[in-house]
Amino acid sequence: MANVFAFAESRGGELRKVALEVVTAARTLADATGGGEVHALLVGAPGIAGKAAPLGAHGADVVHLCEHPAFANANPEAAAALAAQLLKQTGARAGLFPASAQGRDLAPRVAAKLGVGLASDVTAFSAQGDAIHAKHPTHTGKVIATLALTGTPALLALRPNVFTPKESAKAGRVESVAPVADPAASRVVVKEMRGGGKAKLDLSEAPVIVSGGRGLKAAENFKLVEDLAAAFGNAAVGATRAVTDDGWRPHSDQIGQTGRVVSPDLYVAVGISGAIQHLAGMRTSRTIVAINKDKEAPIFKLADYGIVGDVFEILPPLIEAVKAARASRG
Amino acid sequence: MKIAVCIKRVPVMDVRFRIAADGKSVDETGLKYDVNDFDLWAVEAALQLKEKTGDGEVVVFSLGPDAVQEQIRKALSMGADRGVQLKADRAPADPLSIAKALAAELKASQWDVVFFGKVAIDSADQSVGPMVAELLGLPCVSAISSLDIANGRGTAKRELESASEIVEFPLPVVLTVDEGLNKERLPNLKGIMAAKKKPLEVKPAQLDAGTVNVVAMELPAERAAGRIIGEGAAAVPELVRLLQTEAKVL
Ligand SMILES: Cc1cc2nc3c(=O)[nH]c(=O)nc-3n(C[C@H](O)[C@H](O)[C@H](O)COP(=O)(O)OP(=O)(O)OC[C@H]3O[C@@H](n4cnc5c(N)ncnc54)[C@H](O)[C@@H]3O)c2cc1C
Ligand SMILES: Nc1ncnc2c1ncn2[C@@H]1O[C@H](COP(=O)(O)O)[C@@H](O)[C@H]1O
Repeated sequence: MANVFAFAESRGGELRKVALEVVTAARTLADATGGGEVHALLVGAPGIAGKAAPLGAHGADVVHLCEHPAFANANPEAAAALAAQLLKQTGARAGLFPASAQGRDLAPRVAAKLGVGLASDVTAFSAQGDAIHAKHPTHTGKVIATLALTGTPALLALRPNVFTPKESAKAGRVESVAPVADPAASRVVVKEMRGGGKAKLDLSEAPVIVSGGRGLKAAENFKLVEDLAAAFGNAAVGATRAVTDDGWRPHSDQIGQTGRVVSPDLYVAVGISGAIQHLAGMRTSRTIVAINKDKEAPIFKLADYGIVGDVFEILPPLIEAVKAARASRG
Repeated sequence: MKIAVCIKRVPVMDVRFRIAADGKSVDETGLKYDVNDFDLWAVEAALQLKEKTGDGEVVVFSLGPDAVQEQIRKALSMGADRGVQLKADRAPADPLSIAKALAAELKASQWDVVFFGKVAIDSADQSVGPMVAELLGLPCVSAISSLDIANGRGTAKRELESASEIVEFPLPVVLTVDEGLNKERLPNLKGIMAAKKKPLEVKPAQLDAGTVNVVAMELPAERAAGRIIGEGAAAVPELVRLLQTEAKVL
């Protein structure tokens, strides 16, 4: 019997999808290792209590809830102290975090506090005797390492959009927990949050990504990419470094070796050559579509469906056709 | 300002990797190496900070075999003042082992800022910086894409998923650098000559056994070969049909 800890990430008073992914994965691990308890940690500003229920519904036996005004924004110093204490208190065999921007900041702090191992950006894991084995892409996704974590608790940061959230029959109980380190005394303070409105789907969560490259010729032509994303309804917009370097899109949209790594169900590459550094960020997408006027472009070697031609000719009818397809599906 | 920068020697990635005979490491035959991209931006940030404050020292640390001296020299040729190699047969797979060895060395001096790259592109751990901060008891801001330091305090921007945050922090601090903060300078001839004479100290790395080990490495499954379905706008209906019936994403 082994308890498993799960960090439930929230932002702006809302759970993030990765929170449900991490809790679901924790449930799976606990069940596979003799049915221990899943202990989730949810921190946030007063009112976050209202968001605890989905964590129980996805398999948390206990949701440890810490409400504090200084948890309104990310507060990794105070969150790490609390996570480390709960991992110890619950005798957890493993601690799961999301490999999100915040999770990848938090998990290493907790690992260092506890002096235990961490596997980052994990795409699969299993208990193997006393160890936990985790798959972790290295070398810009060109190599997959299997890591064995032998310390207890073993910490894993799970790649977003890989572990599918699943409801479980249980309903967890909520327990309030006091902070370990005063959240108001953290040395690093978030002064301002920009963007992140709820309506906008993020690259790491979107089932569909429409990405644009230099082939779009100018920043204003990204409207076509945005319109195609809007036509799909569940899509986010990505970009190449050529485009973010030129300031057509923010760096946070960049996909690739030095940008974001994504694995959506569908990746549509528009006017993108398919440089090796770009492929590093999207090669694990389930289905890849490429539209490029150069039939020798390397992106076509990877594309399940390629169309050779001018984006300015192809995108307008494609936008209409995708809209029509969705409308007819109802 | 006393500024430390930790840099890692990593393979250049534009190759097809092969798995070595042991089944758990990358075959190093024929690989080329460079300073990890993010660490070049960390070095640049350190140099700019030194230039802005007008005095101080930039010290570069790298843990690994003697070959890492090549990467340390590159940082020195960009303008860093001196280098320290923490000698080890190889950089271990457990980021906490690397962090402990770096922290043990960094602890011996007082630093205003300790810079790291956001992530090493070979290990892809994105862990060593925040771990060192924790071990040294210093505040940490990770993955920064803008930085302003004045009067013992700093402001930085961090990019999140579809959002960003502006954070304030006191010095001393540990910072990890994301792309977008700067573009690294290229070493010029004068820098390269000067680097040859700059001090590079070699010390044994204090490595523990760690609790994370690689048990296997493999290449990812190959994708099926690409398929061109048509040309121009005429191919749009076929694409939509395939997305609906074959890929089932529409
Ligand atoms: C260390 C390092 C890290 C890097 N990291 C990244 C990274 O994280 N992400 C990244 O993306 N890149 C990265 N790069 C850059 C990468 O090497 C490429 O330069 C970049 O991906 C090219 O972007 P692109 O495809 O938009 O532009 P290009 O390579 O210029 O390709 C534009 C494409 O558009 C096509 N095209 C032009 N006009 C039209 C039209 N009217 N209709 C249809 N097609 C058209 C062209 O045929 C061409 O194939 C990195 C490079 C280095 C050295
Ligand atoms: N062997 C090493 N020597 C010096 N610095 C390192 C080493 N390994 C990692 N680092 C630093 O830690 C950062 C993050 O590495 P990682 O956690 O492995 O992704 C790198 O960008 C470097 O700044």
